[in-house]
Formats: sequence, C-alpha cells, structure tokens
Amino acid sequence: MQILNPLLNWIDARFPLTTLWNEHLAKYYAPKNFNFWYYFGSLALFVLANQIITGIWLTMSYTPNAEGAFDSIEYIMREVPWGWLLRYLHSTGASFFFIVIYLHMFRGVLYGSYKKPRELIWLVGMLIFLCLMAEAFFGYLLPWGNMSFWGAQVITSLFGAIPFVGDALVEWIRGDYNVTGITLNRFFALHVIAVPLIFVGLVIAHIMALHEVGSNNPDGIEIKAMKDEQGIPLDGIPFHPYYTVKDLMGLAAFLILFCAVIFFIPDMGGLFLEHPNFSPADPLKTPPHIAPAWYMTPYYAILRAIPNKLAGVLALALSIAVWFFLPWLDRSPVKSIRYRGWLYKTALFVFVISFLLLGYLGLSPTSPALVLITRIAATLYFLFFLLMPIYTTLDKVKPVPTRVSGS
Amino acid sequence: MSADEMDIGRRRFLTATTAVIGGIGAACAAFPFLASWAPSVKARALGAPVDVDISKIELGQKITVAWRGQPIFIVHRTPQELDSLALVTNELRDPLSKESVQPKYADNVYRSIKPDLLVLIGICTHLGCVPLYKPEVGSVQPGWEGGFFCPCHGSKYDMAGRVYKDVPAPLNLVVPPYQYLNETVLRIGDDTPPGAA
Repeated sequence: MQILNPLLNWIDARFPLTTLWNEHLAKYYAPKNFNFWYYFGSLALFVLANQIITGIWLTMSYTPNAEGAFDSIEYIMREVPWGWLLRYLHSTGASFFFIVIYLHMFRGVLYGSYKKPRELIWLVGMLIFLCLMAEAFFGYLLPWGNMSFWGAQVITSLFGAIPFVGDALVEWIRGDYNVTGITLNRFFALHVIAVPLIFVGLVIAHIMALHEVGSNNPDGIEIKAMKDEQGIPLDGIPFHPYYTVKDLMGLAAFLILFCAVIFFIPDMGGLFLEHPNFSPADPLKTPPHIAPAWYMTPYYAILRAIPNKLAGVLALALSIAVWFFLPWLDRSPVKSIRYRGWLYKTALFVFVISFLLLGYLGLSPTSPALVLITRIAATLYFLFFLLMPIYTTLDKVKPVPTRVSGS
Repeated sequence: MSADEMDIGRRRFLTATTAVIGGIGAACAAFPFLASWAPSVKARALGAPVDVDISKIELGQKITVAWRGQPIFIVHRTPQELDSLALVTNELRDPLSKESVQPKYADNVYRSIKPDLLVLIGICTHLGCVPLYKPEVGSVQPGWEGGFFCPCHGSKYDMAGRVYKDVPAPLNLVVPPYQYLNETVLRIGDDTPPGAA
C-alpha cells in the first residue's frame, strides 16, 4: 500500500478518486439502524450488473431477426458452452430484478423514504422503474416465442386506444402492419442499447441524490440533525466498511436463493419462462391463455377489469403514474410506519393485499366472479393513493424520538 | 470485551478467510463466462473432418477445399516438381521441417503421405493470408522452381510448402492431419483410422 501512495496522489491531482471513495463509501455516514429491508438497494445494483453482463454475453450468440431469433435461443441453450446458464441468469435475473425492486420500493413506503427532502430520489427511482418495465417488455419479445409475440401484440395495441392518432401510432411503433421481424429488430436495439444507457444514467442520478441528502432509516429520523464536534452524525456510521460488509452478507444469502432457482427451477413452473414461449412466434394462433409476465400482472388486471378500451388503458397508465405523486399525497408529519397510527397501517395493509390479489388475478383466466373481485381490488388500489391526503392528515401519529432506536 | 481491546488477530483471520472464499466463488462464477467463448457445438460440428474425392485431380493441378473455414490446398505434384524440391534446399529457412508443424507421417522430404499428393493448410505462417499457387518455373522471379507466393508480404514457399529464407514468414506451411480412406478418398482433419476411435 505504501508503494501505491504516490500513484494515488498522482491520480488524485487529476481525478477526484479519493474524494469519490470518501463521499460515497468511506465517509458516507449512513444511519446505524438499517435493517433487513435495506439490503435491496445494493442487491438491485448487483442484479443490474448481472443483467448487463449476461446480456452482453447473450448478444454474442443471439440473432435479432424473425428468421433466426427463436433458433438462436435454442442454439444458446444447447450448443453454446454454458449458454443455458447465461440465459437462465438473464431470464431468472429479470424476475429477481422485479422482486428486489418491489421490495426496495416497499421499504420506501414503509419508512416514508419518499418524503421531503427525498422526493427527487423517489421520482428518479420511479423513472428507473419505468425503464425496468420497458426493458423487461422489449426483452420479452426477443426470444420470438409465441408468448413473446402475443405479449408484444397486446401491449403495442394498448396505444391504439388513444383517440385519433392511435392506429397510426401503433403502426409507427411496430414499423409494420403487425408485430414482425422489423419490430423485433428495433426492440432489440432498444433493449440492448437505448434503455440500458438511460437506466444506468438514472441509477447514478438516484445514488447521487441519495448521497446528497443522506439515507432515511427505519425510524424516519434525520440523523444529520444531531452531529458531533467533527460534523459527523451521532447516529451515523461510515458505509464502508460497516454496510459494505452487511450488504455482502445479504448478497451471499440472495445468491443462495437466486442460484437455487436458476439450477433447480429456472422457469418457475411457467411463471418466469412461460410455456407457450417454448414454441416459435405464430401470428395466426394466439396461445389459449395469455397473461403478461408475473411482474406486470397487477396493472394488467386493472386493464382487464374495465369494460372500455380507452378507460382501461388510462386506468393502467394511472395505476403506474400515481406512484410518482406519493411524496405529495402523503401529508403525515412522520415518515416511518413505526410512528404512524392505525389508519395508515390499515390502509397500507389493504393496499398490499389488493396489489398481491391483482397480481394473482392478472395471471388467471377471466370469469365474471373474478372480474368483480378484480374491480374491488383495483378500487382499493387506487383508494390507497387517492384517499392518502385525507387519512394521513387524520391519522394519530406517535412522537418521533430525536435519536434512532438502539442508541 | 470492550471496543478498546479489539481482537485484531481474529478480525484479520476472518477477513482473510472470507476474502479467500469469496475470491474462489468469484473465480468459479467467472469460469462459465470465459468458457462460453470456446467454439460451440455448432462450430465444432462445422469443424468436422471433410472427405475429398482426389481421383479427378489432374497431374500438376491444385484444388482448394475448406476445413474449419480454412483453405486446404491439395496439389497433385508432377515428377519434375518433386525433383525441384532437392534443388532449392539451400535457399530454405527450415528445409527439414524441424521447426515447422506437420503430422509424423508427413515429416519426410515430400511433406506428404504419398509423394505426389501434397496436402497443406493454405495460410501463410506470417500473418494469415492465402498464398497464391505459382507452379510455373520462373513465374515469381528468375530461377523460381515453382511453389507458393504470398501476395500480402511477399513470403515464398517451395512445392512442399517450405518457406524460403529472407521472407517475413517464419515457418513452413502447416500440414493438417489427414488420411487415405481408400485410393480415391482423402479425409482431412482426422488421422485416426475409422473404427479406431
């Protein structure tokens, strides 16, 4: 290390290496009371890296045209050395990305991490979530299986609901009169270049915004309010080594679970890789039961529950857009669920149940009884947001201590 | 134990063992990514041996077949061409093919199993261009006894693919593994007798 000091000085005079290291790791003071929920930020970074690296490797053997795409996936699975592993890392990685991100977002809701002064972190995070959905949707078409085809067919058709320009817009998005190899080509370009570039840029912005304001914590207390003589928060500990080690521990546990799925049940019984996708795209035959990938089903269920095309698409768009307004819908004086009253706790509980229910219903074939349940669940989903200004104002909150728990 | 009396030895041991195990894990995880770059089953299938009918090759004629995407020269040498091999020995870099690559059965003065039929990988040992076949006497330079001439950087080889001195190419043209399945069929890329494997 002594030998490397002159080199480090040379670099520091030309590039803020030590400054970056300190600002984001060694002297970034994070609250000392992080719990289980705080694993999912760094895990999301890990899954992103996994998607990028395995994605690069997959493009080496994948053929992005209608004639070769499906066969090239089988080629990767059967003939490319370790191709099956690379592909399962990527396809299972996509599902785990959503699991990690949903838990990461739920953490934000539990502890009010979106509230002032962290609104921008939340907004950038929501943009990342949109990118993730776009990335998943574009990537879903690439194997050119029959579910890929019909998934793209249905989702691109959504834009046809827009009055006046709808049909022209759908044609423009597809680049053809139907979803064809031309659509596949452009989705490939968007999936491997365009969206990932924006994605990574947004992730950097997300982390920069977080490190500017400082992390929230399970108590929702601003640790920067109480500092020692050196200006270090009393309840803060340097991210490195404390949280790097903690997160590595979490990563090890995550990898055990992740690898177990990859090696033993990579298609998750048809949930991560759907069965109709093992036959090639057929524009003349829709699979008997068509459902989007599991991570999209809550919004898909909302779409299906509304017996009007335009209204259904608007409700779908609103069900995602409404998340952006969370920082301003929540009027509560406290951040963390620990100090909120029963009104908010009940609302959140009902919301989680209706979200999971919508996810399940979106996967199931429709029936009149299920449509009714879907409508009730969709109503509760929206009411969580729309009534939030009211019930967070009325809610009886507990006094928030000045120091985090366990101090 | 208070914070002041930290067990440094224990901490170092744990850090080192964790780093070693983690490093092994990272190396294992890297392996499939590196191994994935090896030729796929398809590439290996395309690299399978090729059988060539040699009955139609006229005396003095050269044909080129592809094996593993590489040009394979098959030359039916005339007696005069075989005689020319002895004439140029002093001008060659590796006349006995000591440094060069060829199977044992082609490690002889003609660099072939049967003297008249020459089999070579038609890739210049300098930088991988395909040399031109120049059998006519005097066609490359005065005193040329016939052979191969690389148009990229001017490397010259004789009628056994042996490289001349004073050219950039370091070694003789490579002789691939091959065998005669019968009088008229040559198998390139495989020299284990059929049924032996």
